This record gives sequence, C-alpha cells and structure tokens, in this order.
Amino acid sequence: MRYRNYGFLLANLILRDFRIRYRNMSLGLFWSLLNPLVMMAVLTFVFTRIYPNMAVPNFHVFVLCGIIPFNFFAVAWVSGTISVYGNAGLVKRVILPREIVPISTVLANCIHFLIQIALLLAVVLAAGYKINGYWALLPIVFGLEVVFVCGLSLITSALDVYFRDVRYVVESANTVLFWLVPIFYSFTVVPIRFHALYQYNPIAAVVLACRNILMEGKAPPDTLLFKLLCVSVLFMVAGLLVFGRLKRKFADYL
Amino acid sequence: MSVIRLQEVSKIYSRKISREFLRSFLSRRLMPASHEAFYALKQVTLDLKEGDSLAVIGSNGAGKSTLLSLIAGLSWPDEGKVEVNGRVAALLELGSGFHPDLTGAENVRLNAALLGFSRRRARDKIDEIVEFSGIGEFINEPLRTYSSGMVMRLAFSVATTVEPDILLIDEVLAVGDEPFQAKCTRKIQELKNAGRVLICASHVRATLRALCSRAVWLDHGRVLRQGPAADLIDEYERSIGGA
Repeated sequence: MRYRNYGFLLANLILRDFRIRYRNMSLGLFWSLLNPLVMMAVLTFVFTRIYPNMAVPNFHVFVLCGIIPFNFFAVAWVSGTISVYGNAGLVKRVILPREIVPISTVLANCIHFLIQIALLLAVVLAAGYKINGYWALLPIVFGLEVVFVCGLSLITSALDVYFRDVRYVVESANTVLFWLVPIFYSFTVVPIRFHALYQYNPIAAVVLACRNILMEGKAPPDTLLFKLLCVSVLFMVAGLLVFGRLKRKFADYL
Repeated sequence: MSVIRLQEVSKIYSRKISREFLRSFLSRRLMPASHEAFYALKQVTLDLKEGDSLAVIGSNGAGKSTLLSLIAGLSWPDEGKVEVNGRVAALLELGSGFHPDLTGAENVRLNAALLGFSRRRARDKIDEIVEFSGIGEFINEPLRTYSSGMVMRLAFSVATTVEPDILLIDEVLAVGDEPFQAKCTRKIQELKNAGRVLICASHVRATLRALCSRAVWLDHGRVLRQGPAADLIDEYERSIGGA
C-alpha cells in the first residue's frame, strides 16, 4: 500500500469515539472524575477503617496512584479488544490500515486518562506533596503504558474476531489483575521471590513508578523502567505481527 | 498498462466457519481434500486498463460483492493473484463508515479521512462535498434523521471528490432520486474521461448501460461471459426472462 499520512484519519477516529460517547450524556466528562474518586473513597474506607493500615501515610493518594493507571488499562484493553468486531462495517467495507481501529480506540481512552492524571496530580498537591524534577518522567511512564495497551489490544482484538470468547477472557483477566497489581497494598509486603514477576507486569511497574515519583519524591529504579520499556515495546511488536497475520481473514469472519 | 489484473482468482468460504471454528480448522489441516469448500469466486480472470468501466452482473450470491472486495483489498484471494495499481475508493455499502449519532458535516469529515484525505484537502473540499450532496441545512443534523437517499448522496459526494484512480460501486446508486442519479452519472463520466477505472455492480440495468462500456457476467462464482456492456446486459435480461 502506498504511503499516506494517517494522522488526520487517526485524529478523526479518536474524535468520533469521543463524540459518540458524550453526545448523549448529561454529565459528560464528569464521569471520568467521579469513578476514580468513588473507588478511592471506598478503598480508603476499607483499608483505613475496617482493616487499619498504619504503614502507609496518605492512603487515599497511595490508592489513587494505583487506581488511575489500572482503570485506564482495564477500560482501554476491553474497548480495544472489542473494537475490530464492533467496527465490522469499517473493517469489511472501508479501505484503511486495520491496525488503526484498535489503536484509535485505545487512544480515545487516553482523553479520560489525561483528565484522571490531572485529578491525580491535583490530589497529590492537595495532600501536601511538592512538585519535583522526577515529574518529568511521568509522561514517559504513562506513555509506555499506552504503548503496552495498544500492543495487547492488537493481539486480543484480532483474536476476538475469530473467537468471540476473547472479550470475556479479557474481562476476567482484568478482575484477576486488580488483585495482582499493588493497588491497595504496598509492594514492600510482596515476598521477594515474586518481585520480578510484579516488575515485569507493566501495569504494576507503572503504579510503582507513580508512587516513587509522586509520593516518595525519588526516581523509579532504572531496572524497573527498563523492564517497563522492554515489555511494552515487545508487546507492541508482537501485536503488530499477530494482527498483520490475522487481519487477512477478518472480512470472512465478521 | 493494466490498472487491475486478476489471474485465476478464487475465493473459498468454508461452511460452518464460525460455529465450529476449531473443528473446521482441524479438519482442514488434517483432511484438506475432504473439506466442504464453497467457491464464492472460481478462477476469475480480468484485465482492466485506464478509462475502462466494467459492469458486474449476475444473480444474488453470484460473487459480485466478493469480487469488489478483493479488488478493494478488503479480503485476500485463496488462489490466484490480484494486482491493483492506483488509489481505490469504494462505495460498497450505503454509508459504511458513517455513524448515525454524528451530524452530516462530522460524517463528511470522518469519511474524507477514511478515504485518505489530508487535513488540508478535507478543509478545502468540504464545502464542495456538501454542496454536491444537496443536503442543505440538514447537514448539521444527526445522520439518523436522514433518509437512505440522503445518506447515499452524502457518501457518493465524498467518494467521488477523492478523485480515485479506481472507483468501486456496489448497488448503492439505486437509492438516489432521478436528478441526483443524473448528477452522479455526469460525475462518473468526468472521472472516466480523466482515465479513471470504474467498476459497478448493480441490478439496475439502466444505470449500468449508462455508465459502463464493458461487462462481466458472474454465475455461481464463475465468469459466465465477458464482453461489451450493451450486448451482455441484453443477453442477461433475456436469460432472466425479460425486463
């Protein structure tokens, strides 16, 4: 296929998802703020009043550092997974590089992610933490998470065309991951022998890096960032390969 | 130079494909010969040059849409080779890529992007597209309030403004009213005069006669005949028992 600038197409697809979602809602973007705040309040209540947890100061900030990267991951992954099937009309009838369908869906979710990150930073500052130089690492950390979700969604969205069960697998995996990502518990209580496992999980890595930067005011360990980088890029490359291989039969299965 | 060349192209659809995917996958691997294969297209050979216009005729299920989607690059042949040189614009389904909750104008922009417009070109052409469609003041209303004729007008207006090298049209022209159809015919003539290739699948034979010089008649996935459009359409009409 001849080279073409796909920026305009990507921008329009993102805008489409965004418009469709908010056009018929009365509260609109407010939902992006409400959901993490409610989760934060509930988890803080449970883990400071019911199971008192003295080890972690400012538990609400601590838990929000976990909820926001995880929420983005969970929602973007599910919507990315069902995107190819959900856009069957486009995929079957319109000439376009099909990779753009799951990628634009994930990127459309980034708009909420940005709003929620702004919320996180506001809560961090309100709790008395100061801006530090390591904040400059945040775009890289969150950016790698987006790359990871894009790669993962390329794989699962392609598989979902052939087996519609994939979306349920993804939903179940999200429920499991909520417990296996250190959202409401600290990484320090995880036994050492499981540490590597956690660090190779990009979502856990993002949560840990967030806490390092925002709450401890220090740079995340180089090894953590390196693992995050490797896993994210690996998934992106694998995603493009798998999708490229499976897309040839999409029109026959949709 | 050939703009489109198909050499012995076949497209197979396996039956029961989605319900028993695993089993059909295994049986295809283990016993390739015994597998129940259904040819949507069988050994189709075509050669189209600049300025050619081809009518695709045949009954429902003859393989017309499959042929167009192969040429568009939306599906891949199981056997044979498809060569396409040039930018393809396809109108394969009424308003595919349109979204009912977006307004006409938003849909035009989205569709222009889908058809490969750059940002600047979309901005320059958008008024022209809206004007050609003749939608008027409804352009800022959501698409779900449009009639199917209005949706088609919009889709056609965008697709022809791309000035594609190859324009594929599947059936959709039929829903426009007569003045708009006349307008479309003129627009397509312009494209043809500029050396573009047109392929049109339809049951509206008057449209095909007006637009196409050549025709291919498909029957159960095979090419039954190829030749000048006027003769072949006459013959096709006789075979199905008059007009």
